[in-house]
Amino acid sequence: MTGGEPAARRGGVAEAAVATGPGGGHRGGTGNIVAPLPFPVAARRELGDAQLRANLRRATHTIRDKRLRVVGEVPDWPQLRAAGAAIKNDVLARLPELLEQFEAAATAAGATVHWARDAAEACALVTDLVRGTGSTEVVKVKSMATQEIGLNEALAEAGIAAVETDLAELIVQLADDTPSHILVPAIHYNRRQIREIFARRMPGVDLGTLTDEPAALAEAARRHLRAKFLSAKVAVSGANFAIAETGTLVVVESEGNGRMCLTLPETLISVVGVEKLLPTFRDLEVFLQLLPRSSTGERMNPYTSMWTGVTPGDGPTTLHIVLVDNGRTTTLADPVGRQALRCIRCSACLNVCPVYERVGGRAYGSVYPGPIGAILSPQLTGPEAGANRSLPYASTLCGACFDACPVRIDIPQVLVHLRQRGVDARRGRPSAERAAMRTMSWVMRDRRRYAAALRAARRGSAPLRWLTGGRGVRRLPWPLSAWTASRDAPLPAAQTFRDWWAAREGTRAAGGRRDAG
Amino acid sequence: MTPADRAAGSAREEILARIRAARPTAPVTVPRDYRTAPAVPTPPDADLLDLLVDRLVDYRATVRRCAPRDVAGALADLLGPVPTVVAPAGVPETWLSTYLGRIRRDGDPAPLTVADLDEPGLAVVTGCAVAVAQTGTLILDGGPEQGRRLLSLVPDHHLCVVRADQVVAGVPEALARLADPTRPITLISGPSATSDIELNRVEGVHGPRRLDVLLVDG
Repeated sequence: MTGGEPAARRGGVAEAAVATGPGGGHRGGTGNIVAPLPFPVAARRELGDAQLRANLRRATHTIRDKRLRVVGEVPDWPQLRAAGAAIKNDVLARLPELLEQFEAAATAAGATVHWARDAAEACALVTDLVRGTGSTEVVKVKSMATQEIGLNEALAEAGIAAVETDLAELIVQLADDTPSHILVPAIHYNRRQIREIFARRMPGVDLGTLTDEPAALAEAARRHLRAKFLSAKVAVSGANFAIAETGTLVVVESEGNGRMCLTLPETLISVVGVEKLLPTFRDLEVFLQLLPRSSTGERMNPYTSMWTGVTPGDGPTTLHIVLVDNGRTTTLADPVGRQALRCIRCSACLNVCPVYERVGGRAYGSVYPGPIGAILSPQLTGPEAGANRSLPYASTLCGACFDACPVRIDIPQVLVHLRQRGVDARRGRPSAERAAMRTMSWVMRDRRRYAAALRAARRGSAPLRWLTGGRGVRRLPWPLSAWTASRDAPLPAAQTFRDWWAAREGTRAAGGRRDAG
Repeated sequence: MTPADRAAGSAREEILARIRAARPTAPVTVPRDYRTAPAVPTPPDADLLDLLVDRLVDYRATVRRCAPRDVAGALADLLGPVPTVVAPAGVPETWLSTYLGRIRRDGDPAPLTVADLDEPGLAVVTGCAVAVAQTGTLILDGGPEQGRRLLSLVPDHHLCVVRADQVVAGVPEALARLADPTRPITLISGPSATSDIELNRVEGVHGPRRLDVLLVDG
């Protein structure tokens, strides 16, 4: 097989994630799901961009309000969420049978089904399939799976140009940037910035008509891509759902670029994560209600396409489906963490997350950002990949993501679980935190030791209280500076609660005697 | 990973084996206590048709209503100065009987090409399989009045005729109505749009920028 590792990654550290393959023990996922920098470092970098924060705040608040409005229109929303979660749990419990059923149905309908263990294998498969057509350009529908496996980079290495046709993906591709949101990869740009990108990078753009009105920007994208759509021979897509019963694939989109890619080219290659299955066509009645309202806050997205194999005279004559594992089976093995595989990539959790709203998607270093990314990326790759071990800490555990999730993924529960797993994995190694906790535990186990420690702390901090006027300490010396980097350290009170209580009880007792006497 | 490991067939077996080892074993019962399609379909009442119109208009479709005998006149009105209309083979002659421009039937004499359909000023007239009132969605499933998918995609102006008996309340009823889920199916809710710029819906990207719906009532 040809092809190989995707060339350009989000930083050199990504290579550390390469799995060892069969017999090698670790079967983690690879590709663009490895954070090159620890989250706190990347977050600090992103926080320096005030424009980014303003754009994110505006966009996430717009979508939050819209989502709440359209979810409020659906009286059986809680029942739909419960059904959505249960259907996905059922899929995970019956996954081998359902995958075989899907493969048989899709094959019978004229598709060819391929399987890929990891990103490199999936990229090599798709590259070979494109080469087989003789085409050197493919049009692409926005797809998380192909971003995850780094397909564009792999195709570029093989001399094949991948043209992103989703407006936001096009913006990101023209800006030579990385996506920052699952659904709206260019959410970090405002309209003025998008106009700038088009004016500088879009070939043949008409500067006379290009204003920063969204309609004018959409028109520019339409003109830019029209000729590509009408002449493309090969398209690459993902799928939102794959129906086991019928072998049907489903793509949910807005602009019509998806329909163009799924309908006009001769060859269609669809890259699908193994967890995208639904058992029956009927199950779509749940997900086609949950997904649009949760993602763009619309009652229904403008276009949804469903296709089963090939249909003579209508659409592509060749259909390849590549089923991708890339760390999903290792995720499945964790009884708490596996619920992340229920995710339908709606991005509602990103839009309500107070952390995401401030740092944006690029701080997470993976194509899966936000709360879902914080539990998905480290599970897909294994926690030792790059800086993914820091991702479960990228949360305040406020729980807004759980409330918003249409398939009821308890993201805070998984975050805590992954933190626990991280700590467990490091037991036995020296740790300042553990030493401090052990000392604290020794002090607090004995009443006299505890009282003495409080007295010592009070006396020791007396000069500081005098110096700071009792307001607390902004910066402690190393190693305690790690604590004061993001918070002030309060000073011990002039009088402890225990002293105050003892004094109060003493006074009362004295007063009581006087009354009695 | 060595080339031998990548041998054809082994990826499939290995992934399935990994899943068998990892998956949960407890069977799952799916609660279906959300609103499902009624066992006996109910014909749409006036409120439901009004809801469909409201939802279509909310997503920037143009809606006209007419009685069955007035379809041709209403269609000709909506088409106005459009010079050429494309129609799938199954669109009744009567729909376009008062339209004065050129009519091109797909497949008569030959299937229309992408270039034919990309002609400026062209409009396409189709029917639909079912329409969903609560979401303002038209569902096309390649039936004779709807034709191939590219017909309702490449032209910039799509005109869809919906009969009142094709209107259902919600998504569950609509999917239950579809005769064959393995036919190519397209759900259309308003004209082509994007939410990619500051997360606001803007109409008019790659699909038809104008969507007209003629609701035939009575």
